[in-house]
Amino acid sequence: MSKTAFPPAIKSRPVYGVLEPRPGAVHLVVADGEGAGAVTDMLAKAADRAGMLAAMHIIYTPGPNGTDQTAMLAALGAKQCYRAPTIPTLLPRLTRVLSDAHMGTQFYLAGTEGLIGQAERDIMATGFPHHDIQKEHRGSTVRRVQCVHCKGITENVATDPFVCSHCGLSLFVRDHYSRRIAAFQGVNIDAEDPGQVPPPVVRFT
Amino acid sequence: MSGGAKLKVRVAEVVNVNDMIKRFRFVSLDGSPMPAFSGGAHTVVEMDDDGVRRLNPYSLMSDPEDRSAYEISVRRDDAGRGGSLFMHRHVTPGLQMEISYPVNLFPLDTRARKHLMIAGGIGITPFLAQIAQLTHFGGRFELHYAARSQALGAYMDRLTAAHPAQVHCYFDDQGQVIDLARVLSMQPIGTHLYVCGPKGMIAWVLSTATSLGWPEKALHHEEFLAPGTGMPFQVDLAATGKTITVGTNQSLLEAMEAAGVDAPYLCRGGACGQCETNVIACDGAILHRDHWLTADEHAAGRKIMPCVSRFEGKSLTIDR
Repeated sequence: MSKTAFPPAIKSRPVYGVLEPRPGAVHLVVADGEGAGAVTDMLAKAADRAGMLAAMHIIYTPGPNGTDQTAMLAALGAKQCYRAPTIPTLLPRLTRVLSDAHMGTQFYLAGTEGLIGQAERDIMATGFPHHDIQKEHRGSTVRRVQCVHCKGITENVATDPFVCSHCGLSLFVRDHYSRRIAAFQGVNIDAEDPGQVPPPVVRFT
Repeated sequence: MSGGAKLKVRVAEVVNVNDMIKRFRFVSLDGSPMPAFSGGAHTVVEMDDDGVRRLNPYSLMSDPEDRSAYEISVRRDDAGRGGSLFMHRHVTPGLQMEISYPVNLFPLDTRARKHLMIAGGIGITPFLAQIAQLTHFGGRFELHYAARSQALGAYMDRLTAAHPAQVHCYFDDQGQVIDLARVLSMQPIGTHLYVCGPKGMIAWVLSTATSLGWPEKALHHEEFLAPGTGMPFQVDLAATGKTITVGTNQSLLEAMEAAGVDAPYLCRGGACGQCETNVIACDGAILHRDHWLTADEHAAGRKIMPCVSRFEGKSLTIDR
């Protein structure tokens, strides 16, 4: 199980494991922030570390809290190691890599839920089973939340409730998660009593 | 009634495909369209073999969009328990039979970008229906089909004529073998693999794919087991209070049915899980032959699949 301790939640809430080396012709790593540590821990378990690195492509971006471990990953000596400045700039590279990837590619996702979820969504879109994409949570627990009313997505949500960055409604953050959208669900908290909004509490750090 | 609702059909046509295989065409008695199915589905054909009730699963091979009839192909197994021999010898046009509604334990995962199919011998039949289905909506596929010889390569002509770029044939008597590692290494990400054929071939394909990093949920296979023969054994049925003896050529499920016990079933080949039964007491060894229960469940011995598994020992009590 994941080293991040999440409170008990409904079944919809994603759960994360620990990255394990698996056989593959290509090892595609997508990580952000503290996820870099999950990659080095996984490599430490590899029977053929050099062989794995020779077939490894790392796509990395700093975490939402600013953690940047690019230097540590670059020093591993993977075949390719690319640093994107942000998640939105990381995803087009992933899409490009997927466009001519072959079966036998092994996927390793590590870091925050926003990064893991969006990478999983794009890999899944090829027809690859999400069940077989390895995912390990590390670092920040801020959430990517979709407003169920205006459908706008707010990144890096830390408090509950929070104000939708698109329509301005106060939203309660649910554990209800969409793998297709790669976001948690945010629902208007004062629909019945407009203005009765409880004070925001920092739930995600 | 166990096994689901039945379809009353008439045999419209019997065709000799080759020395080993016959094709049967079933139409409804009243001329109404047959129920829809999806590629990979099978039907359980009920036979009255001189008083012995035989129920064998066969993959539907006709186009799923063709509601006028179902077609199956049956390979004669001279050393089998007699179902395929009955089909070959006694089923002729005009005969009325009962078959089950279609059940699909081997469906296409239509989320896949591409479907890679590997067939051995009579294992081609579910792929014929799947390829017809894919052709209707432009689905991408590649078929590798191995047969003992050119003469026994059923439907190779029609497949290669319709899909020359997608169909690859191999003949054992010419020493041709699928270059599996190469084929598996060339598939675009998002490809799903389907294999149907002899047990050894299925094991070879699945283990090779797994060792090359193919994901578990992209690997699909279907293998119907014949119940197999064995020593006769006695079973106590706790729920109905009966004690039955399972004969050498009979399955536990068939013995229960012969004793008037309405036990659940669907595929009768150890694949679907419908007949799973709790073991209440067991002094001896359960001979598990299904591929439904997990290895742990086999070892624990608290469940049995009566359609294919047997028993050796002093006493067995099951919850039926």
